[in-house]
Amino acid sequence: MATTPPAPPAIEASGLRKSFGDHLVLDGIDLHIPAGSVFALLGPNGAGKTTVVRILTTLIRADGGRARVAGHLVDAEADAVRAAIGVTGQYSAVDGLLTGRENLILMADLHRLGRAEGRARADELLAAFDLRDAAGKPAATYSGGMKRRLDLAMTLVGRPGVIFLDEPTTGLDPRSRRAMWQTIRDLVATGVTIFLTTQYLEEADRLADRVAVLDGGRVIAEGTPDELKRSVPGGHVLLTFAGPADLGAAAALFPGAARDDEALTLQVPGDTGVDALRGVLDTLDGGGVKATALSLHTPGLDDVFLALTSTKAAR
Amino acid sequence: MSTTHALADSATMLRRNLRHARRYPAMTISVIFGPVLMLLLFFGVFGNTLGAGISAGTGFKGDYIDYLTPGIVLMAVTSGCMVVSVAVAVDMTEGVIARFRTMAVFRTAVLNGHVAGGVLQTAASTALVLAIAVALGFRSHDATLLDWLGAIGLLLFLIVALSWLACGLGLWSKGPESASNTPLIVQFLPFLGSAVVPPEQMPASIRWFAEYQPFTPIIETLRGLLLGTPVGNDAWTSLAWCAGLTALGYLWSRRLFARDPKHAS
Repeated sequence: MATTPPAPPAIEASGLRKSFGDHLVLDGIDLHIPAGSVFALLGPNGAGKTTVVRILTTLIRADGGRARVAGHLVDAEADAVRAAIGVTGQYSAVDGLLTGRENLILMADLHRLGRAEGRARADELLAAFDLRDAAGKPAATYSGGMKRRLDLAMTLVGRPGVIFLDEPTTGLDPRSRRAMWQTIRDLVATGVTIFLTTQYLEEADRLADRVAVLDGGRVIAEGTPDELKRSVPGGHVLLTFAGPADLGAAAALFPGAARDDEALTLQVPGDTGVDALRGVLDTLDGGGVKATALSLHTPGLDDVFLALTSTKAAR
Repeated sequence: MSTTHALADSATMLRRNLRHARRYPAMTISVIFGPVLMLLLFFGVFGNTLGAGISAGTGFKGDYIDYLTPGIVLMAVTSGCMVVSVAVAVDMTEGVIARFRTMAVFRTAVLNGHVAGGVLQTAASTALVLAIAVALGFRSHDATLLDWLGAIGLLLFLIVALSWLACGLGLWSKGPESASNTPLIVQFLPFLGSAVVPPEQMPASIRWFAEYQPFTPIIETLRGLLLGTPVGNDAWTSLAWCAGLTALGYLWSRRLFARDPKHAS
């Protein structure tokens, strides 16, 4: 790869379509994922995330559209794609009857690393994924977190350039989830491209350079996590008052605000920057109303997600 | 993908398979148990009656165990091969199969591994059943070395054929449970052939079936080779059946495996 001009995108797709029977799962998906970046495909259950992964990893064929992974067509050059990718699916893809070490050596053999190198690679990954103590136990006896680590270790045996992680932290406890995030960040540092699917917004926010929101078989929004957050309203200042009289007076000052008579709060929508905040406080002072507490709410991907998917649900 | 890759990947999968079998030998042991129990039942319990009936009806000279052993050996083969069916069906529910499909691995290597592993195990269990028959009194009085080699060759060919057929059944089945039921038909067939008693003494309709089903010529060829009696056209019929079943089982398995994998969503 020494003399190749600008690196081609790691993953490129246009107009991917797929139906299972009468059920349309993907209705024209376009993707453009630069090499060395982390891309998160975000969506609720049943949005078609796994189907996208299965098409890009050559497990199933799309009904229409084209896709290239690592420069090769996923249908016509499946073996070249397979040689370039590593996949950790939603279902544990370890051989439960084999030990952790045997699983890794099996992968090494299938990558034809040779006996000595294969064993060295297996031991290196066992150490890196904190599995040395369990290396001799059948994988079926592993905990969920250990299985996931072994699974990812197996994916890495052949040093793939493009890694697919289909819901890598679903079903993990918070500690294992954080450990998995760190592992993924470490991987990114080695220059690989990562295609991640998740239903956790926080996960996409923390890991991804770019996020696409998939719903009903279409990409309904795409951008950096910040771009997406900016694209929807959701920021507000929450004011709390001592009594109904103060709340009533304040509500009169902010016509667009949502008032909650039981909690004695007023939700003032808008920007949460310093200037905007000062404006809110000045208005309160001007009206002679005292608030007992104040909190800020910055829009998260959650707001993006709910805003986007609720418009669809309303249709 | 080159032939060396195909061989290397199949060998890797065979190692995986033998490791499974060694770690969980329950299946292998039950496979040997079945035919041995049949042998004890037919020889030890029904032997006198069946033997007397066969010599009276067909003029078969010799001990009943000499008549029975080729049939029992065939049962050892069928029950051994059918383990492949269950093993394949169980394996297809494992996530690791999906992983293999996303790797640049020779496509049918995982099936080749199952079949090769099944062939080795069934050959071993069949040899053991034959050894037990010899210990119980089976003697091949007139068989030459060439006859024995022919018998071994035919058995191996049959094991390969039935293992591929079982592989197809395992892929075709809805899951491990049905994979263990469907092959019962195959295992039952030798009884409706000449395994235990000659078809000449069966009711007319069953006799017609018994004479044309694949196992009868195979048992007859095996009996001829092991006892050193003439084999005739049965040998060619047997080879044709084995070749046909191998081709059918292999192509069917390959086709089923190429379908979109399970866990579709």
